[in-house]
Amino acid sequence: MSPLLSLILIPLVTAAFCMAGSAPRRISLFGAGANLLLSLYLLASYNLEIGGFQFVSENALFPAYGLSFSLGADGLSMVLLLLATLVTFAAVWVAPPVEKSPGMFYACLLFISGGAIGAFVSIDLFFFYAFHELALIPTFLLIGIWGSGDRQRIAWKVTIYLAFGSFILLLGLIGLWLAVPEGLRTFDIRLLQQLGSAGLLTPGPVVYLLLLFGFGILIALFPFHTWAPEAYASAPAPAAMLHAGVLKKFGLYGLLRLVVPIFPEEIQQFAHLVLVLLLGNILYVGFVTLAQKRLDLMLGYSSVMHMGYAFLGFVALNQLGLAGLSLMLFAHGLTVAALFALCGEINRRTGTLEFSELGGLAGVTPKLGLLFGFAAMASIGLPGFATFASEIMIFFGAFARGAVGSFNWFQTATALTLWGVVISAVYMLRAYRNIFWGARGSAVKADTGDISSGVRWAVIILLAVLLLTGFRPGLLLDYLNPVFAYLPR
Amino acid sequence: MDPQFYPWIILFAPLVAAAFILFVLPRRNVAAGTVGILTVAVTCFLSWKVFLDPSLAITAQIPWIEVPGVFSVPIGIILDNLSRVMLVVVTTIATLVFIYSAGYMRGDEGIPRYYASLCLFLFSMLGIVLADNLVMMFIFWELVGASSYLLIGHYFRKDSAADAAKQAFTVNRVGDFGFMLGILMLWLATGSIMFAGIEANLQAVTLHPGYFIAACLLIFCGTLGKSAQMPLHVWLPNSMEGPTPVSSLLHAATMVAAGVYMLARIFPVLLAAPDVVRDVIMWIGAITCFAAGLMAIQQDDIKRILAYSTISQLGYMVVGIGVGATSDAAMFHLFTHAFFKCLLFLCAGSIIIALHHEQNIWKMGGLLTRMPVTALCMLAGGLALAGVPFFSGSFSKDNIIEWAWLNNRPGFWITASAVLLTALYTFRLLLVVLLGKPRGDHAARAKESPLVMTLPLVILAVPAVIAGYPWFISHFFDIAYAGAPAIAHKIVLGFLASGAVLAAWLYLRGPARDPVRIPLLANRLYIDNFYNWLVVRGQGGLAVFGSWFDRWIIDGLVVTGSARTVWGAGYLLRLLQLGNLQAYAFFFGAGVLLVLYFLVFR
Repeated sequence: MSPLLSLILIPLVTAAFCMAGSAPRRISLFGAGANLLLSLYLLASYNLEIGGFQFVSENALFPAYGLSFSLGADGLSMVLLLLATLVTFAAVWVAPPVEKSPGMFYACLLFISGGAIGAFVSIDLFFFYAFHELALIPTFLLIGIWGSGDRQRIAWKVTIYLAFGSFILLLGLIGLWLAVPEGLRTFDIRLLQQLGSAGLLTPGPVVYLLLLFGFGILIALFPFHTWAPEAYASAPAPAAMLHAGVLKKFGLYGLLRLVVPIFPEEIQQFAHLVLVLLLGNILYVGFVTLAQKRLDLMLGYSSVMHMGYAFLGFVALNQLGLAGLSLMLFAHGLTVAALFALCGEINRRTGTLEFSELGGLAGVTPKLGLLFGFAAMASIGLPGFATFASEIMIFFGAFARGAVGSFNWFQTATALTLWGVVISAVYMLRAYRNIFWGARGSAVKADTGDISSGVRWAVIILLAVLLLTGFRPGLLLDYLNPVFAYLPR
Repeated sequence: MDPQFYPWIILFAPLVAAAFILFVLPRRNVAAGTVGILTVAVTCFLSWKVFLDPSLAITAQIPWIEVPGVFSVPIGIILDNLSRVMLVVVTTIATLVFIYSAGYMRGDEGIPRYYASLCLFLFSMLGIVLADNLVMMFIFWELVGASSYLLIGHYFRKDSAADAAKQAFTVNRVGDFGFMLGILMLWLATGSIMFAGIEANLQAVTLHPGYFIAACLLIFCGTLGKSAQMPLHVWLPNSMEGPTPVSSLLHAATMVAAGVYMLARIFPVLLAAPDVVRDVIMWIGAITCFAAGLMAIQQDDIKRILAYSTISQLGYMVVGIGVGATSDAAMFHLFTHAFFKCLLFLCAGSIIIALHHEQNIWKMGGLLTRMPVTALCMLAGGLALAGVPFFSGSFSKDNIIEWAWLNNRPGFWITASAVLLTALYTFRLLLVVLLGKPRGDHAARAKESPLVMTLPLVILAVPAVIAGYPWFISHFFDIAYAGAPAIAHKIVLGFLASGAVLAAWLYLRGPARDPVRIPLLANRLYIDNFYNWLVVRGQGGLAVFGSWFDRWIIDGLVVTGSARTVWGAGYLLRLLQLGNLQAYAFFFGAGVLLVLYFLVFR
């Protein structure tokens, strides 16, 4: 069996066991751990000198239409696989005791993981899309059944919203497919990329915009971002970790995988539009983040805000910016996963996430305080964490599109984007100060328990990987650089 | 061991120590202190070895970000006179502060955390000193911000300390915003982030004077933040909420000095830039120097007086960059200031501990007889700060003022008259604290601090006195003296004498409080109030409006509304008209999902 297929099947089979058997937590930890080890093994056995898609397996389903269940992974997929398996493992580990049908709960988590992994390794357009859709269903279930607050309404909202995004995306994909000349029609993403770079596939601006906004809605591109904060605030912590950390990256992955190779001219043509929208993510959503009075909502908005940096790397359309964007997928995924895990823990310990009721928590729960401090610093791009390396690459990549003498759009946007670094420091440090420092808040008691060991170790693993790749980004850039080597410098 | 490794050990030993203390000794007070002190002693020893071996050059680099053929950021080490001197100054002072901390922090609940943060801070500062490129400097620049955040917020349970730490970090980030943008601009023009590479390709950017000016001034924003120049100075006095040894370390040789060091490092770039760049730098420095001097006059907290004096003295250094022929003028003052300011803070710490954490100078007095060692050391530091002849500060400060006489006459008058302010606040401090009768019970019963605290004072008092003499400084810098006409020097002396006389007239009688109260100065020119208003009303208001807008306009009307309409009508029809099997196949998938949603949520 193809190793990539195993990566998809392990979580799905484990999910089936969870639904059927007892001890779902132990089973899913085992499955997620096995998958993490397998992805590490694949990462090590991926041949960096050859590059390109490896571990390829093809199973033709409808040869007449070129539809086939094909899997393969290049450097970008490899990095995302590591992200997906790491976050899955952490998410399963931090899951608190579940009262309502725990088997179903863990199965949903593993389904998201399996679907996301499937999307990251599918080199067939149909399965690329279908796997993502598959992973969305358990996300809705997790919010609707195990969520907090007004969970039914929020689940509905997310459902409509993301289904709408997927629908636009679907139209774009169909448009893309129809643009392939008769006789060459294929679902093979590798062939589509080749056709694109050979100039034989020019679907035009309408298809580009459909794909941009289809993927954009999934990534919470301004002004299509309002689903995200509420969804993350309501979702149970492991679900928020998996969606914000992994599944949402599908949209950016799609942009890198499909749009960049096939639509270079359209990206240029609509660069101004994307620059304005991404500034909406960074400046506008940044300000909205500042106004939040609850940690979960603030983290949700902050995660939306950071997508602005990602789009800056995308629109820069050069090797530096796109490699930086890919690194950011990884770094941001781990960071939000760690933050949501800790956020869930704060909620469990104190029963609230309102800033006004918290304060002085570091005095009673020093370990939680220390880890949250690390995660907060990673989130605001402190050097030493991979987030900083990725942001720097994106900034330089975007600025490289400018001119010496006077500022063009790219430089202006980069400058304004840099201001986001100040905004994120303001809201993140204020949150830290309000929750952990200062006088003790009303919800913080002298006997408030410190972080549980499960959450602690899961978060330590996430942070350790962030530090490791922050000190040595080359560990991942070796995989990512060649993916975009074909682009102009 | 191969001397090639020394700089790497100097750089990374504190990081290793910080991690070791944090993870291995999180509850071992004595062991944590020992590890910290030993580590800093080793870095100090090796720094002196590096300093005394001018032939040592490091070419090895550690690759950090590498995109082959496009972009690379290495971690590399630059060893020239500038960095060598800075190494010994930073590590020497750090060693004394680490030792002193063992006495000052006795009984504190977070000693391992304290030493781990100190080590992390030292690592960050040494990274700035050794950086051979702008991005690496920026990396450590940010890390200095983060580690100072931990140190200033050491007493995190206190609301004021928590706020001060947050403010220091965020204000510094404002400066870093400009710094990074300036780096990007220089990189785009010269194609390099290495200091050597930028200087070699300067002609590429001199063609665009406006762009060049903007780039330099943006980089200077970094200095505004780190070196607490106007208008980004507000964080520094508030950072006095940290433990006193921290204030001493941060505000003497490190952190705030980093901004000046960075300007010295890129001095060739500033020289090549249009004159307006150095003029702006001069003016910012001069205004800061004068205004901070004014604010220092009416502060009552012993540490805040020193804090404003630090800002003022940093202003002198920045002026030195703006008017000097070389960066030596600024570095010379950085050098002497490092010793006497560190000394003054540690003296203040000694008094604060002896007076059971009393920081108000109007509760002090008569300490000369009760704490003679501390008092005499404080006197030495104070005379150096005021710039009294034959003390270190006078040599370096006068040199800057004389350069201003030659190159910028208005700058001369501002900086020279600031000498009056310096003398006034310094002698006020000395007279009120050391002479007269004790103004409180704690002061009356004060006893001299233990040796672990007084020894660093005595050691620091020596350079505070002698560091300015040419026979001493010539071992460190080849100073370019301004050699202004004697009249300039006489004017400075005149200002100094009037300040001292004014202070003696006001405070020698031993008043119980300030004879003259100027609310404008005591309230720091209301700048802090203005910022508070701006943050609460401006930023807060904007954020609240944004939040409302997001909820009701974007989410409520535009997105949900249009999404529902579009969803129902247009796109659905268009898809159906495509008449294509694959389209249906896709659509079927989407349809299945929709059905599922309905089933689940009905």
